[in-house]
Amino acid sequence: MADQRFRLPEGGRIDRSKPIRFRFNGRAFEGYAGDTLASALLANGVGVVGRSFKLRRPRGIVGAGAEEPNAIFDIGRGSAARPNQRATQAELYEGLVARSTKGWPSPGFDVGAINDRLSRLLGAGFYYKTFMRPKSFWRLYERFIRASAGFGRVPAGPDPDRYEHVNAHCDVLVAGGGPAGLMAALAAARAGARVVLADDQSEFGGRLLAAAETIDHRPAADWVTATVEELAGHADVRLLPRSTVFGYFDHNFLGIAERCNDHLPASARSGPRERLWRIRAREVVLAQGAFERPLVFCNNDRPGVMLASAVSTYVRRYGVCPGSRAVVFTNNDSAYQTAIDLRKAGATVVLVDSRAGGARLAADAASEVGIPILQGHVVSDVDGTDHVTVAHIAQWDGDPGKTVTSTISIDCDLVAVSGGWSPAVHLHSQSGGRNAWDEREHCFVPGEPAQASIAAGSGNGKWSLAECLEDGLTAGREAAQRAGFDAGHVTVPAAGDTFCGGTEPLWRVPAAQEPERCPKQFVDFQNDTSVADIRLAVREGYLNVEHVKRYTALGFGTDQGKLGNINGMAILAECRDEPIPAVGTTTFRPAYTPVSFGVGAGANVGELFDPVRKTAIHEAHEAAGAPMEVVGQWHRPWYFPRSAEDLHAAVARECRAVRNSVGVMDASTLGKIDARGPDVVEFLERIYTHDVGKMAVGRCAYGILLGEDGMLMDDGVMARVGEQRFYLTTTTGGAAAVLAWLEKWLQTEWPGLEVYLTSLTDHYSTIAVAGPDSRKVLENIGCSIDLGRDAFPFMTVREAELGGVAVQLFRVSFSGELAFEINVASQHARAMWDTVMKAGSEFGITPYGTETMHVLRAEKGFVIVGQETDGSVTPVDLGMNWLLSKNKDFLGKRSLARADCRREDRKQLVGLLSVDGQTVLPEGAQLVSDPGAGIPVPMCGHVTSSYMSACLGHPIALALVEGGRGRRDETLHCMLRDGTAVPVRVAAPVFYDPKGERQNA
Amino acid sequence: MLLIDCPWCGARAESEFSYGGEAGIVRPADPDALSDAEWADYLFFRKNPRGVHEELWNHAQGCRRWFGVERDTVTYRIARSFVLADGPAGEGG
Repeated sequence: MADQRFRLPEGGRIDRSKPIRFRFNGRAFEGYAGDTLASALLANGVGVVGRSFKLRRPRGIVGAGAEEPNAIFDIGRGSAARPNQRATQAELYEGLVARSTKGWPSPGFDVGAINDRLSRLLGAGFYYKTFMRPKSFWRLYERFIRASAGFGRVPAGPDPDRYEHVNAHCDVLVAGGGPAGLMAALAAARAGARVVLADDQSEFGGRLLAAAETIDHRPAADWVTATVEELAGHADVRLLPRSTVFGYFDHNFLGIAERCNDHLPASARSGPRERLWRIRAREVVLAQGAFERPLVFCNNDRPGVMLASAVSTYVRRYGVCPGSRAVVFTNNDSAYQTAIDLRKAGATVVLVDSRAGGARLAADAASEVGIPILQGHVVSDVDGTDHVTVAHIAQWDGDPGKTVTSTISIDCDLVAVSGGWSPAVHLHSQSGGRNAWDEREHCFVPGEPAQASIAAGSGNGKWSLAECLEDGLTAGREAAQRAGFDAGHVTVPAAGDTFCGGTEPLWRVPAAQEPERCPKQFVDFQNDTSVADIRLAVREGYLNVEHVKRYTALGFGTDQGKLGNINGMAILAECRDEPIPAVGTTTFRPAYTPVSFGVGAGANVGELFDPVRKTAIHEAHEAAGAPMEVVGQWHRPWYFPRSAEDLHAAVARECRAVRNSVGVMDASTLGKIDARGPDVVEFLERIYTHDVGKMAVGRCAYGILLGEDGMLMDDGVMARVGEQRFYLTTTTGGAAAVLAWLEKWLQTEWPGLEVYLTSLTDHYSTIAVAGPDSRKVLENIGCSIDLGRDAFPFMTVREAELGGVAVQLFRVSFSGELAFEINVASQHARAMWDTVMKAGSEFGITPYGTETMHVLRAEKGFVIVGQETDGSVTPVDLGMNWLLSKNKDFLGKRSLARADCRREDRKQLVGLLSVDGQTVLPEGAQLVSDPGAGIPVPMCGHVTSSYMSACLGHPIALALVEGGRGRRDETLHCMLRDGTAVPVRVAAPVFYDPKGERQNA
Repeated sequence: MLLIDCPWCGARAESEFSYGGEAGIVRPADPDALSDAEWADYLFFRKNPRGVHEELWNHAQGCRRWFGVERDTVTYRIARSFVLADGPAGEGG
């Protein structure tokens, strides 16, 4: 086990009495409670944590938070492992296992490192330029590119963890729990507002957890403790640590991902792993802080080059000093604190400041502890491959166009850099707000809010602690007031001095040569984008920042360029010789940091992914061993196999039973709508195409609904059950849509009509009894009405008692046989099914499923909406002219008169018979007149339904064929996947009992 | 996710609603009297403005009522919701 040789003897917010063991890339290490994985690795002197994306250069830890581009690991074991985890945000726990995701066979020795030697060939656009030709090779290239890309391995098994979603409302949501956020939350809480305070770290306090400053003359962390304690005491304040506000959506709707379990050892975990908070906030305070920018010099990606603020965080918060011989390189005041922190931790420090002067207070403080300061100097290059060894320092007069010559070389093992600060404007941008360029501070700050939000603190371009506290207080108070609360009594505590500000632009550090000739100056670490890449993109004509982003992959990583974007845009501006605001930024999109798929899905996985609808008779079908077909959300019996029967054998038997004796089907999934009211006839006349008013009470009709474009939308039997009352049925899949469609017309177009629509789909179950013996089955049960042909003719409906149960009996048929549909209240459906089965046993009653239903209806040429139709088929195409009333207007009628709808060569419904009498055509297959025609072969139609008809002894098919009705007996060719053409003969679409005598029996 | 004010139920999340397109499209009284072009204009052509848009929404997961909403298509800001009057679509206010 490695020792913690970089751990300081004292200090930090870690607990040295609680050692924690973990493994990284197979090696055992030890850290302390309170460590992140990153701080523990640094304590153990692990320099190289991965390889870069393209050039495979060794990379080390750069940051201490969400901005980390390099230390991205797979964490955990087996199916519960997580790819793409930032070590800087992963809390250490006993038994943690992490693997770096780049570098093969190991990050220390990566065969892909050869790419670095080839880097001159691998400039911007390399992939676009190289893998374009030959075109057919792309599939091969893609395999290798994909294998070498990415930041982790997706676990193979299903995620064993639970996730949950919570909806919540609040008056003030504070994003970020640093000084400004805590102050804002306190102000809003004391005003009485309902407050949610979310922060992505394990503890509130943000930078105060590592701060050198005092608040009210005591360590800043004490103020944090007291403030969090008070907030926790407010009943209406919800504190969410380990919670990232990752998305700011419309109308102040925000998404927060709370990590509930990832900081605990596996044995201590309970409850959901993550929780998604879907929060609607009246007001939002954006206090997410700022990111320090790296400086762009030659080999600035070498392990050991770190952000100055991160170095301070490791020293002060984690008691880890990442180096003993440090060079601190800055263009502003804030890094002076880092130099002082390092010096106090025992390191030797040299400060290199690109500015010729300034930093008075900070410089005095640094000099006081014996730090030499080189003003007007830059670090232009560093040596070392696996770790920085030497910093080359050159004098610089502030002219960005010049090259410089290194005159000083300093042996070092740490280069802490600060290129100024960029407010985290991500959420503000996501909310629709623009960003404004601050000329004085050289950064983008949030501009006018687009929604009810207020930016505060360093996220608002305020650097000193005093300003942040003041800004947070103002924001919190204003948010509470806008949400309708009187401001509570809060004053700003006294804050000690902060070294900050004074930034002078230094976007690209001058080197000994032009960027194209000197060692790489990295802008984006994750995607290996260098200054030379950006300049190349501009030379090749990519001027727009969004184009440059896509051509160079700048900001395309999982860190979304949190470190590199602003430097990159400034360098682009320099190339274009324009001011930075003219270049602008790329778009900030959710999520702020990567969000797991698990928390997005929440509980909606597996059985809960989609609701399952079962009919009241479902258990009977299951007991009969019927496999289910999923139709929308419904589970319907597909067929009822006996012993070893397969689908085809079962369906053949079921079909024969219906045609020869009797079958029974559960048709409960049909949509059912009760329509009633004084104006119901007028309403339905406008909706349906047939003459509804001519229907006598007790009559049924086949009705179709058209869209206003004239295309068939839905169909079903509708019955007049009273003078002012109809019973409409719809297709299984169309039930909800038809009801919504009817309601829309009723409410928006014809509100003057008094009609009431009620869905009865679930209240009533439907049992279809079909076949020549069906009447006898019902008579066996005992029916209160005369079921004879004349008393109860085809296409009528009657109220009756069947076996003592009130039912609505329909004499309708979807099979073409004598048939009855029993509508019964769903609580009696299962009993009625059993009764029917028992009464039918002497006729060998056979339950049948959806497959047999399809075959039977296809034998009769009955269409199925969505199978024969696809939204581009008119009733005329289907030969349903007889349904179109000439006496009235109805929805879609006018469209049928459009020239295109009247074309003779539209695709029309026909029957198809395989010439060989054997081949069952594949549904969806294309039809051609001449398979030998030149490519592209003109297509003249497609197969919509195709089955083997056991009753007819040959296959049948329905098809839509151009001008099909005029092509009877013509031979067409059905194209199969393997390229063969099956000759088919065009026939009438009704194959069985074309005169319809059987259903009238 | 938009926050939509249903005139009957109050402010609810967008996920409870379904969208019904531009409001104020009136079905012609005598479609047969229209030329193909006029019919097509009613059937297919919509305003799609950049800015304020009067549109129909249905509280599908709630009271199932249709109503009008005045929404800015750039900012998504909703100025008001309104009950449809006893006349053709969106004539109310």
